[in-house]
Amino acid sequence: MSARQPSLIARWLPPLLLVALLLGLWELAAQTGWIADALSLRDYLVPAPSEIATTLWDNRSLLAENAWVTLREVLLGFAVALVAGVLIAVLLHLSPLMRRASYPFIVASQAIPIVVIAPVLVVWFGFGIGPKVAIVALICFFPIVVNTLDGLGTADEEQRKLMRSLGASRGRTLTLLEAPTALPYLLSGAKIAVAVAVIGAVFGEWSGADAGLGYLIRLDDGNLEVARVFASTVILAAMAVTLFALLALVERRLAWWGAGSPGGGR
Amino acid sequence: MIETTTPKTQAEAQSPESPGAAIELTGVAHSFGDLEALAGVELNVAPGEVVAIVGASGCGKSTLLELIAGLAEPSTGSIAVGGERDAAARLDACAWMPQRDLLLPWRLAVDNAALGLRLAGIGRAEARERAGGMLERLGVGEFARSHPRQLSGGMRQRVAFARTLLTGKPVLLLDEPLAALDAITRAELQELLVETLAAERRTTVLVTHDVEEAFFVADRVLLLSPRPGRVVWSAASPVDRSEPRASAVTAPAFAAVREAALEALAEGRG
Ligand SMILES: Nc1ncnc2c1ncn2[C@@H]1O[C@H](COP(=O)(O)OP(=O)(O)OP(=O)(O)O)[C@@H](O)[C@H]1O
Ligand SMILES: [Mg+2]
Repeated sequence: MSARQPSLIARWLPPLLLVALLLGLWELAAQTGWIADALSLRDYLVPAPSEIATTLWDNRSLLAENAWVTLREVLLGFAVALVAGVLIAVLLHLSPLMRRASYPFIVASQAIPIVVIAPVLVVWFGFGIGPKVAIVALICFFPIVVNTLDGLGTADEEQRKLMRSLGASRGRTLTLLEAPTALPYLLSGAKIAVAVAVIGAVFGEWSGADAGLGYLIRLDDGNLEVARVFASTVILAAMAVTLFALLALVERRLAWWGAGSPGGGR
Repeated sequence: MIETTTPKTQAEAQSPESPGAAIELTGVAHSFGDLEALAGVELNVAPGEVVAIVGASGCGKSTLLELIAGLAEPSTGSIAVGGERDAAARLDACAWMPQRDLLLPWRLAVDNAALGLRLAGIGRAEARERAGGMLERLGVGEFARSHPRQLSGGMRQRVAFARTLLTGKPVLLLDEPLAALDAITRAELQELLVETLAAERRTTVLVTHDVEEAFFVADRVLLLSPRPGRVVWSAASPVDRSEPRASAVTAPAFAAVREAALEALAEGRG
């Protein structure tokens, strides 16, 4: 906390310069046709950043419409995973028996190949928002549960003894000690989750949808609309980065005490 | 239930109407698996008496306090606080101040001090008011609305001490409350401790590894042998508490008893 924070400019300048440099190189390489030549492709298959920007602008309403569909899937799926993940983490924390019994399944849930399960879910639940939300939730669930569970177990033995000595019940120890200790862990799990949630939504849309950026990308891929594929990708990346940054902000506001067992002293 | 008899000690005359409760340990031994932490501890503390326990690092001082506090049951032997032997009753009777301050970083100092009151079902406003008053009394009133990380070690200990006192329980168990503080803060807090304990008149067991501090703060000083801990030596404190600290610790009687304690400590080690 006492460590000096670099100023806003100092923090953002290096990544911005790097992005500008890469974009510049790309622009140059695309304009002069180096990449297309090297890959023996037609020029229109390798759009320059300027062309992508133009496409973004010209297709703004189409892209916005589909981005909104994807964003809704992401937010809903994330919310489902957050609620279910936290509830299950608390349950498993309170019951060591259940924890031992179900932990393997939680780990296994992470091992499910989304590419395989996505089409099945679409067959089951149709082309609507349902399967996409389910896939996003499935992807987000794991980091949230595991991190929250870790966080709930972080308060040390001594700390629990103090609560007991002060007359705290199991429930009060959970709300007054363990939950605040776990909050920073939960939020860093949630950050990981939103970052991958967008990928989950795109997978869901690929497997069968009538709207969304993933659907649009698939369509454009078929029609060799390469510039618009890139435009959609840019929006997806921006979406993930924005959600991540928002959660980082929440983390700094709500869980400023950070990870670790509370109450140092010595 | 066996009728318990209160032992006669010098403290009885000095605090006839103490709100404290007697502590009695008979043949207390405790092991962690194969590790024998305490062996055959005999200890009687009269209501209102302040006893200090001194001993080498790792000899079982913290373990002893946790046992008295009802946070664990001894492997063998019995512990009674206010005549009650079961752990739940001991938990109710003892205010335990652990070795680390364990302040919750997300709570203001005043809310950390009020933690026990809140857990006892007292409303937020009243708990805060009482905690604020206690912080005031312990000299950290102006930091009531600071978070723990903004406080120095000495202030944190005062907040933790406030949290302990506010429980209102008849027995105070203080585990090295002044360790890890600089010399000046330490001397300052020793005086505060003496003053507060005298006003409170609660039964107190103070753990420290500082012999001088033990004699300055407590009525009686007990020495624990290296692990497994046993009481191997004890002496009443010659300190006249009406005198200022400086003259108390330089009195010849104080020097003599301190010498004797240090000798006993060295003997136990050799
Ligand atoms: N929960 C535990 N499990 C296993 N061993 C323990 C446990 N608690 C304490 N011990 C061991 O018991 C012995 C006594 O520990 P204790 O903390 O009571 O010593 P102490 O006198 O308070 O030491 P210090 O002066 O360093 O605080 C030590 O050897 C310690 O390692
Ligand atoms: Mg200790």
